[in-house]
Amino acid sequence: MAFFLDLLVNGLLTGTLYALIALGLVLIYKASGVLNFAQGVMVLLAGFLVALLIFLGVPIWLAVALGAAVMIGMSFLIERFVLRPLVAQPIISLILVTFGLSLFIEGIQTLASNIWPVYTLDVGIPRAPISIGNMTILPVNIIGAVLAIILFGITGYLFLNTQTGRALRAISDDHEAALSVGVSIKRLWVIVWGFAGTIALVAGLIWGTRVSVQFAISDLAFTAFAVVILGGLDSLAGAIIAGLFVGAAENLAAGYIGPYVGGGIKGFFPYLLMLIVLWVRPYGLFGREIIERV
Amino acid sequence: MINRESGIFKTTYQADMAFFRVPLAQWTIGIVLVLVVIIIPLVADDYWFGAIILPFLIFSIAAIGLNLLTGYCGQISLGHAAFIMVGGYTATVLYIGVPHMGIPSVPFLLSVLGGGLNAALIGLLFGIPSARIKGLYLAMATLAAQFTLPWVVSRVTPFFVKGGLAVAGGDTLYPPASYIFGWQIKTNMDKYYVSLAFLVVLTIFAMNLARSRVGRAWIAIRDHDVAARILGFDITRYKLLAFAISSFYAGIAGGLLVFFYFGVAHVGEFGLLLSIRLLAIVLIGGLGSILGNFYGVAFFLLLPIFLNRTLISLGDSLGIYVSTGITSGVETLIFGTLVIVFLVVEPLGMAKLWENFKDYFRLWPFSY
Repeated sequence: MAFFLDLLVNGLLTGTLYALIALGLVLIYKASGVLNFAQGVMVLLAGFLVALLIFLGVPIWLAVALGAAVMIGMSFLIERFVLRPLVAQPIISLILVTFGLSLFIEGIQTLASNIWPVYTLDVGIPRAPISIGNMTILPVNIIGAVLAIILFGITGYLFLNTQTGRALRAISDDHEAALSVGVSIKRLWVIVWGFAGTIALVAGLIWGTRVSVQFAISDLAFTAFAVVILGGLDSLAGAIIAGLFVGAAENLAAGYIGPYVGGGIKGFFPYLLMLIVLWVRPYGLFGREIIERV
Repeated sequence: MINRESGIFKTTYQADMAFFRVPLAQWTIGIVLVLVVIIIPLVADDYWFGAIILPFLIFSIAAIGLNLLTGYCGQISLGHAAFIMVGGYTATVLYIGVPHMGIPSVPFLLSVLGGGLNAALIGLLFGIPSARIKGLYLAMATLAAQFTLPWVVSRVTPFFVKGGLAVAGGDTLYPPASYIFGWQIKTNMDKYYVSLAFLVVLTIFAMNLARSRVGRAWIAIRDHDVAARILGFDITRYKLLAFAISSFYAGIAGGLLVFFYFGVAHVGEFGLLLSIRLLAIVLIGGLGSILGNFYGVAFFLLLPIFLNRTLISLGDSLGIYVSTGITSGVETLIFGTLVIVFLVVEPLGMAKLWENFKDYFRLWPFSY
C-alpha cells in the first residue's frame, strides 16, 4: 500500500506538470487551430535561458523576468512570421510548420549550449528529497504542483470572466463569426502564444531543476500531446484531468508492470492510453464532437 | 521532366492514357536511364555512392510510400520511421533465420519483401483509427506508432535472436553478407544497382497506382471524403489500403537501409526526426507528385553536406575551429528555417515551383 501511495502521489505531482503543458497546447489549439509541436523545445529554451542568465551572474528574479520577456517577445515573431502567412492552409502544413519551428528553436539552443555549456539550473529550490510517512517526495515537485495549480486558477478565471477569455472562446467556436464582431485574432494569437511561452518557462524551471537542462526535457511535451488528445483537443478541463490521470497511470504502470516487461514503458504508456481512449471516444474524453456522417 | 506539351495533340484514348504522353518525355526518360545505369556508375566514386546516391535511392522509396498516403489519400502519418524500422528488423531477422527455433534463413530478396509485408501489416494496424478520426487526432494516433513500436521491437527482437526476453544490446542486429542467387552484393555499385532496381519497379508501380481506380479513389477521399463516399467509394477500405501500401514501401526501404546503408539494425536510427524529415521531404517536394519526391529527397540529402562543408571551410578561413556541436546546431536551425520558409512561400512544394518554371517556358519565346 505504501508503494502504491508513493507511486500515486509522485505520479500525480508529475501529472500537474503534464497538465500545465497540455493547458498551453489546448489554448494555442483553441486560438489558432494548431497543435504546437514546438512546445517541448520552448520548455527547453526557457529553462536554458534562465540557467544561462544565472550562470552569467544575473540575479535569479531578473533572470526569470528576462526569460519570460524573451518567451513573450518570441510569440510576436511567431505570430508575424509563422502563423499569419499560414492562415487557411491544410492541417498537414500546420503540423509541419510547428515542427519547423521546433527545429529552429532547437538549433538556437544547440548553438547557444555549445558556446556556453550550462546544464545545471539552480533557482534556489532545495534538492534533498523529503519524507512524508513512507513517501519520498522531491520539494521541486511540490513547488511545481503548487505553481501549476495557481496557473490553472488564473487561466480558468481569465478564460471565464474577462473580455479576452470570451474572445478566445468565440474564436474557437467560429473564426469568421468572431472576426465579424470585431475580435482581433492577431492580438489573441500573440496573447495565447505568449501565455504558452510563460507556461513553458514555468515548466522549464521545474523540470530543469529536477533533471538538468538538456535536450531530454523537451520530451515532456510528447507526453503532453498524448494528454491533450486523451482529454480532448479543445477542452481546458480535459487537459487538467487527463494530465493528472496520465501522470498517475504511467507511474503506477512503470511501478507494477514495468519490472515484468523489462522496463522502459513510461515513454509510450501515455500513447497506449490515448489509443485506447481514441478507440472508444474519437474526440477524447471531453473534446467537442464533430459529427460527420456519410 | 523537361518537355513542352504545346503543339502535341492526341487522337486516341490510348495516347491520352499512355505512361509518357509527350514524345520528348520518352527521350528524357531514355536519357535518364542511360545516365543512371551507365554514366553514374562510371563517374561516381565510393564517397558519392555511400553518402549521397544510395541514401537518395532508398529514402526515395520511403518518400514515395509516404506520398501515396499523404499526398494522394490525404492521411497524415507521423509514424513512418517506425514502419521503416519494422521492415528493416523483419528483413534482417528473416535473412539471419532463427536457428534455435529451427527456422532457416530466407533468401535475400524474399527477406526484404517479407520486411515490406510485415511493415504493411503493422501500418494497417495503426491505420485502423483513420476509419473514425482524421486531422490532428489521426496524426497523434500515428505518432503513437512512433513511440510504441521501438519499444516492442527492442523487446521482441532478442526473443528471435537469442531466445531471451531482455538481452543487453539484443535490439542491435548486424545483417550478414547478402547474396542474390549466389551473387554477393559487396561493393557500393552492387548495392546501387539492387536499390535502383527496387526504386524503378516501385516508382512505376506507384505512378500506375496513382492513375488507376485506386489512385482516383484516394484523390477523391483526399479532396472530400463525404463526397467520395456518396460516389460509392468504400472510404475505410481505401484508407486502409493506402496505409498498407505506404507502409509496404516504408518496409522495403527499411530492409534496404539496414542492409545497404546503415549496415546495422538499431532502434535509435529510426526516431521521430526521421518521420518528420520524410514528411518534410514529401511536403516540400510536392504533395501528390512522385517527381517532386525526388527533388525533395535530393534537397534534404545535399543540404546538410553542403552546410557542413561551407561552415568548416568558413571556419578554416577565419581561423576558428568549428565543432560538430556547432555544425549540427546550424544544420538544425537552417533545416527548420527552410521548412517554415517553404511552407510560407510555396506551400505546394518544389514540384509546383518547377511547374511554374515550365509554364513560363511553355510558349517561350512566342508567349503572346
